Amino acid sequence: MKVKAEPENVYKPAEDNVVAREIQGEFILVPIVSGIGDMEDEIFSLNETGKAVWSKLDGKQSLKDIAKALALDYDGPDGVIEDDGVGIAQELLKRKMLVEVKRK
Amino acid sequence: MQSESFVVKQDINKVSLWKSTKPLLGRLDIEITERCNNNCIHCCINLPADDADVKERELSAAEIKSILKEAASLQCIEVRFTGGEPLLREDFEEVYIFARRLGLKVLLFTNATLITPHLAGLFAHTPPLKKIEVTVYGMKKSSYESVTRVKGSFESAWQGIHLLMERKIPFVVKGALLPANKNEIGEFETWAATIPGMDKPPTHSMFFDLRCRRDDGEKNRLIEKLRMPAQEGLSVLTRREDNYVKAMKEFCPKFMRPAGDRLFSCGSGKGSGCVDAYGKFQPCLLLRHPDCAYDLRGGNLRDALGNFFPKMRERKATDPEYIAKCARCFLKGLCEQCPAKSWTEHGTLDTPVEYLCAIAHTQARFLGLLKKDEKAWEIKDWQERIQGLAKGRHGYESKSRA
Repeated sequence: MKVKAEPENVYKPAEDNVVAREIQGEFILVPIVSGIGDMEDEIFSLNETGKAVWSKLDGKQSLKDIAKALALDYDGPDGVIEDDGVGIAQELLKRKMLVEVKRK
Repeated sequence: MQSESFVVKQDINKVSLWKSTKPLLGRLDIEITERCNNNCIHCCINLPADDADVKERELSAAEIKSILKEAASLQCIEVRFTGGEPLLREDFEEVYIFARRLGLKVLLFTNATLITPHLAGLFAHTPPLKKIEVTVYGMKKSSYESVTRVKGSFESAWQGIHLLMERKIPFVVKGALLPANKNEIGEFETWAATIPGMDKPPTHSMFFDLRCRRDDGEKNRLIEKLRMPAQEGLSVLTRREDNYVKAMKEFCPKFMRPAGDRLFSCGSGKGSGCVDAYGKFQPCLLLRHPDCAYDLRGGNLRDALGNFFPKMRERKATDPEYIAKCARCFLKGLCEQCPAKSWTEHGTLDTPVEYLCAIAHTQARFLGLLKKDEKAWEIKDWQERIQGLAKGRHGYESKSRA
């Protein structure tokens, strides 16, 4: 099933599937369960943008809200930060590192 | 903001996460029990599986978890569970899952005899992220069990190995060359090559260590008899002669030089260490000298790595024979003489180990680094000789020319 990240949606880290660690400034995601990496030795690292977005994926704010908050700290043309946020969420969803939080 | 590749896959073995300075702890070994369900004739550590007193003294699961938690906080990325047989611990699963949930990769050393369908399922669902390492003691029941001295261990090991295969859990195998199984080496390597996780031939231990607790003189005499003589060991090492020589041409210029009177010339205790089954933290698995063990039950990893080990590593050799030979010997690096080996053989930190000296000299003569009857500590032009080997100027005693 193809998953698609949407700006209005709220997401949080899939804590049963992955652990985030910061080692010497490098932000890494270590798989806990199988089916995330293809090989036994793989880990994942997030770039600066990924790290900034990940730190705000708290299961409460939508991607749109996160983009607005990040726009206070980062320069970027209108819409680019939001697009980046959606792009990151898309990649993380695909790798089962993120889950959507259904709004009540 | 950056727009390209937000999430990047990395092979942790090829990428250094520690860009400028190394962390206080990168990798931790935990020997979670010294007990083993096998009773291998050559083993330097095993205690009986049902030894209740030993079991009582072992670290509890809570203590192991506390150590793992501190290790992760020190930026440790990998923990090795070894023993004894680590799967003998009834709380292995609890400890394993805890380590994985901390974001630690787990390297498991096992004889595979205790791998059940349930455990294979656990490894399939929650992968260790490192290939499991399985030691195989023989390809036939008779050879295997004459090493392990436990009836039924052959069937149990193969059942465990098949479970790993069935569940596609990455693992590698390694051997221990003993009189009972050394004629099976070809059969073992042919089989090992069919295992998907094996990207190179298996390693074989053959220069066995004596009891690292120095607890059993009779067993030590047996181990000494089982050790492969230096010349025979060389013939095993050089079975793929081109590969061996190529590896040595790279290894020798990088790692061989006289170490002087500095005892700790290896990296042990620097960014790594080994916790024994009772909470003693040592620079390496073998080194159980009381001066080199830090009690974690009354302290912590940070103190050991930041204060205890650095002071220990400043120790200098005082043994006159060591100063005259080992301190001046350029085979250091090729030779495995170190405080741990001195401890297991002699109960000291700096007594030369003749057996290791013979192994290193035999290899050096083969590689053309020494002539017959030369002693490495007497050689003045050692740098030239090593460079000669690296550049292919020195001839070695090729089997084809011998």
